[in-house]
Amino acid sequence: MIDLAIDARRNGFHLRVECRLASAWTVFFGPSGAGKTTLLRLLAGLDRGEQGTALAGRVILEGRVMTDTAHKIWIRPGRRQTAFVTQHTGLFPHLNVEANVAFGLHKLEKAQRRRRVDEMLDLVDASELRSRRTQELSGGQAQRVAMARALATGPRLLLLDEPFSALDGSASDALLERLQHWARQNDVQTVMATHDAADALAIGAEVLLLREGRMAALGPASQVLAMERERLRERLQIAD
Amino acid sequence: MDWQAFALSLRLAAVTTAILIAIAVPLAGLLVLGRGRWLAVVEALSTLPLVLPPTVLGFFLLVLLGPRTFVGREIAALFGHPLAFSFEGLVVGSVIYSLPFAVQPLVAGFASVRPPLVDAARLLGAGPVRLVLRLLLPLSRRSLLTAAVLSFLHTVGEFGVVLMLGGDIPGATRTLSIVLYNQVENFNYQAAMRTAGLLIAMSVTALAFLYAEAQRHGARGGRQR
Repeated sequence: MIDLAIDARRNGFHLRVECRLASAWTVFFGPSGAGKTTLLRLLAGLDRGEQGTALAGRVILEGRVMTDTAHKIWIRPGRRQTAFVTQHTGLFPHLNVEANVAFGLHKLEKAQRRRRVDEMLDLVDASELRSRRTQELSGGQAQRVAMARALATGPRLLLLDEPFSALDGSASDALLERLQHWARQNDVQTVMATHDAADALAIGAEVLLLREGRMAALGPASQVLAMERERLRERLQIAD
Repeated sequence: MDWQAFALSLRLAAVTTAILIAIAVPLAGLLVLGRGRWLAVVEALSTLPLVLPPTVLGFFLLVLLGPRTFVGREIAALFGHPLAFSFEGLVVGSVIYSLPFAVQPLVAGFASVRPPLVDAARLLGAGPVRLVLRLLLPLSRRSLLTAAVLSFLHTVGEFGVVLMLGGDIPGATRTLSIVLYNQVENFNYQAAMRTAGLLIAMSVTALAFLYAEAQRHGARGGRQR
């Protein structure tokens, strides 16, 4: 459960959202520039009102206050039990795939760490990439590895920002399915940002519709994206 | 050739460089990762020796480390002798004088690491120390090498601070630069030419090594996604 009350301004862009996200899987939907990524970064604790950003508000994850500007509370990203996967994989170029996935597991014993890396690489179907250098990976492979690395830390909240952009349609669907299964099994709440209505509808999640930094709607995908669904259906009929 | 002065210059430069790297890595990490207006003051102070005349810096250190100040007296009690006109005093002066040459390349190197990599490391639980040691430093190896080479060469070639703070004590504070000065003062231009030649050769060799390493690293360098 996420309780959000955010008022952030940056370079003329004003984001103001107040809501409660209770669904296991929520999609932030909206065109580019609507504020999806900004909102995800604020949830992750990566932006805290500095370098040109004015931030006011609070973020509460499962009853734990993560950000509260009024009381000067800000929990640093690594302590929020939050994983964040974006289209920029952020893989560390000086480490191979195994070391990348193990980066956040330094507190575990070696055998435990190795088991967790195996498990995560298997989850994203990337076991054979284990000893590769990150420079040798394709865009899709890099996104799989980034996903494995983020999930390895055992997050309570998973944030996804167009994480499958480098994967083709079927690979993306397969990974999404695995991910949904994993999130359900591990009771991990997931928030995914996308501007693709097909993605949002396929997941069938709760949708937070964003327009120019404002919350335009919040509800089931079938209701919030009814117009988009009709538009998609028409396009498919024309294609037939 | 004054080989004793040559050895002393190398020892001074090596000790200074080791201390500078130990100071500059966390300092550069603080400047790049830290937040708050006071960081501008820290950055200004760490850059100050770059614009301060070496003789001015040497003079202030001479006064500060001398027996007339509280700091000087405390340090003298600790070491058993005043730091002025000693090798240890030269090390203190050299560390302060060459600080910007160690800090600036590291700040540039750390700042060039792409933000998504830093974000990823922070999300994976890396605090400032782990961020610097496991991410920024390994990705800034060229900057680290530049910082070390520049600090070493700058210390080998320094004159004003050494003369003011250390004087000219053979085996303790007489470096190659002081030897060169003495040779010129005695009109021994042939010996001065040899000493100057040695200093130039050291600088050229070290810089050639630095650029060769940079080229090698550039050719093999990993891209940051």
